[in-house]
Amino acid sequence: MTAAASSAGVLRAPLVVEFPFTRSLGPVQSAFLTGLRERVVLGVRTSDGRVMVPPVEYDPRTAEEIRDLVEVGATGTVTTWAWNGAPRPQQPLATPFAWVLVKLDGADTAILHALDAPGPEAVRSGMRVRVRWAGERTGAITDIACFEPGEGGEEPGAPAQGAAYDGRFGDPVTGIVAEARLDYTYSPGRAQTAYINALSERKTVGERCPSCHKVYVPPRGACPTCGVATTDRVEVGPAGTVTTYCIVNIKAKGLDIEVPYVYAHIALDGAGLALHGRIGGIPYDQVRMGLRVEPVWTEGGRYPDHYRPTGEPDADYDAYKELI
Amino acid sequence: MSTSGKEPVAVVGIGQTKHVAARHDVSIAGLVREAAARALADAELTWADIDAVVIGKAPDFFEGVMMPELYLADALGAVGKPMLRVHTAGSVGGSTALVASNLVAARVHRTVLTLAFEKQSESNAMWGLSLPVPFQQPLLAGAGGFFAPHVRAYMRRTGAPDAVGSLVAYKDRRNALKNPYAHLHEHGITLEKVQASPMLWDPIRYSETCPSSDGACAMVLTDRAGAARSPRPPAWLHGGAMRSEPTLFAGKDFVSPQAGKDCAADVYRQAGITDPRREIDAVEMYVPFSWYEPMWLENLGFAEEGEGWKLTEAGVTELDGDLPVNPSGGVLSTNPIGASGMIRFAEAALQVRGQAGEHQIPDARRALGHAYGGGAQFFAMWLVGAEEPGR
Repeated sequence: MTAAASSAGVLRAPLVVEFPFTRSLGPVQSAFLTGLRERVVLGVRTSDGRVMVPPVEYDPRTAEEIRDLVEVGATGTVTTWAWNGAPRPQQPLATPFAWVLVKLDGADTAILHALDAPGPEAVRSGMRVRVRWAGERTGAITDIACFEPGEGGEEPGAPAQGAAYDGRFGDPVTGIVAEARLDYTYSPGRAQTAYINALSERKTVGERCPSCHKVYVPPRGACPTCGVATTDRVEVGPAGTVTTYCIVNIKAKGLDIEVPYVYAHIALDGAGLALHGRIGGIPYDQVRMGLRVEPVWTEGGRYPDHYRPTGEPDADYDAYKELI
Repeated sequence: MSTSGKEPVAVVGIGQTKHVAARHDVSIAGLVREAAARALADAELTWADIDAVVIGKAPDFFEGVMMPELYLADALGAVGKPMLRVHTAGSVGGSTALVASNLVAARVHRTVLTLAFEKQSESNAMWGLSLPVPFQQPLLAGAGGFFAPHVRAYMRRTGAPDAVGSLVAYKDRRNALKNPYAHLHEHGITLEKVQASPMLWDPIRYSETCPSSDGACAMVLTDRAGAARSPRPPAWLHGGAMRSEPTLFAGKDFVSPQAGKDCAADVYRQAGITDPRREIDAVEMYVPFSWYEPMWLENLGFAEEGEGWKLTEAGVTELDGDLPVNPSGGVLSTNPIGASGMIRFAEAALQVRGQAGEHQIPDARRALGHAYGGGAQFFAMWLVGAEEPGR
């Protein structure tokens, strides 16, 4: 199948995953980021005398804990670079810039950052650059706005290189928030697209495994037990049986449902396994295993809003115990 | 029992952090370092004695550091050595230890450092487990909402009385008081307090759920020659196995998953165990919600189907019972997710080494460590003994 044919009619939608992760810094990163806030760049001296910038907590050669922080220059030399002609959101500069590795004066390792330069012809390995400090500094790597071509002197009274740092900053930064965001395009695939499309007609359509004959709802396009493709579409329900449930007494984040409510596993008639839904139309403390229910739709809903009792007698335990 | 040419594997070093809700004083590197350094100190070894490092943690979304093992190589002395990451959801601490033990058993490496961690305070595991996938119906309940219906199914199947879950929580929280590394130290805990705690996801009460912890656990595994140099008694590996099954499939038994039964049977076969209830002296099982103790007692073959709750109710699983379960306080008292499985394995090893301190089971000769994860999808177990297998 070609890509075009395989994607014909298959649903796709953006999926954004984002979260403000927090980071406890520990002593070394705390000093480094607090230093940036104070316009001081700190490195750490390893047991063999090299100075690493940015600093690390443990010696990469000996694994020893290292805590000997030293101040390095705010000027340095580009060791290598790559031009970024189309910056993305969240990158250090909105205009085209160079990614550079800069070995700061007094350091033995290079730090990755952005260099503000008019074009790639203005960048070369070996060029001298200096820190451009951000106007507002909070104790984060972005306190270095970027690097810019030139020698030191931006800051009057720039410190001597490699000076012993006395370990004293007031109000140290001990944690940061790292906003993470990933942008995906999500596709549920052929089988689930058919299932979702059928739901819009208020029908629940699964797929039967040709080998074990179980009906998968929602279908996945294959039977996870037999490992064979499922193509035979089967409508199930609309009624089903509550196989088990719990009563939810605490509000889940982002869910606008009054508690308490019943969250149930419901085996629709003809389905080989249960799906999940909320039970309504009956007091929460009268819901029971074996209760017969049917879907209740609301205008525009992709899924049933909830399930309500059909009024039929309860199903025998033996009739659904294999579906729990 | 023949080990068919495999190298015997011994646990000679164990280290844990004091598990707490939030370790704001250390980075992730600092956290794992603390556990690893304690394991090395226990074994009286240095970084240079370690040939390889095997590390595990729960999904990357939990802290938002993609492949954290890359950045942890220097904290764990792994520079210039092989470093592997194992990933099997909540069971990962167990399977990580088993991958490490296999490297020794196969004589690929002589001494391996294995470690698992989670710094749950840096994120929100519930968020990490419920990403809003387009077109899909959102999960209509919180973390416990996933498990509570399975507990109800167990109660229906076995006729277990409602109070059994609270007995487990009361026991594990009391055991935790004897474990200085446990997260929850609920002084003044009573059965009445457990039973009076709010019903969150009926039938699961607040006090019957696990906490969210920051913590790490490390072990040093070595070969027979390494064990001979060990300054303290080693724990010997008598059997270890992993099994997997899909999270959801037609016919899945959530109350007693087939993969768990098969995994336990494999471990007992390797260890020559025919009557686990009589032959095993202590069990550290993965019980994130209290009702999983009776459920796993059946799944792991300690009780007939439908009878697990009777052991709990009769006090058999208490610290002074004849089959103590979770003398450390278990997952109900300490839950840095990625590390929780390894803590079970390490606590089993501490028991047979006679080094469990106040929660030591007298004369424990054989102990089982158990982990599961991924919606009862992955299982990992090991059985450790005070004597070298076959001796």
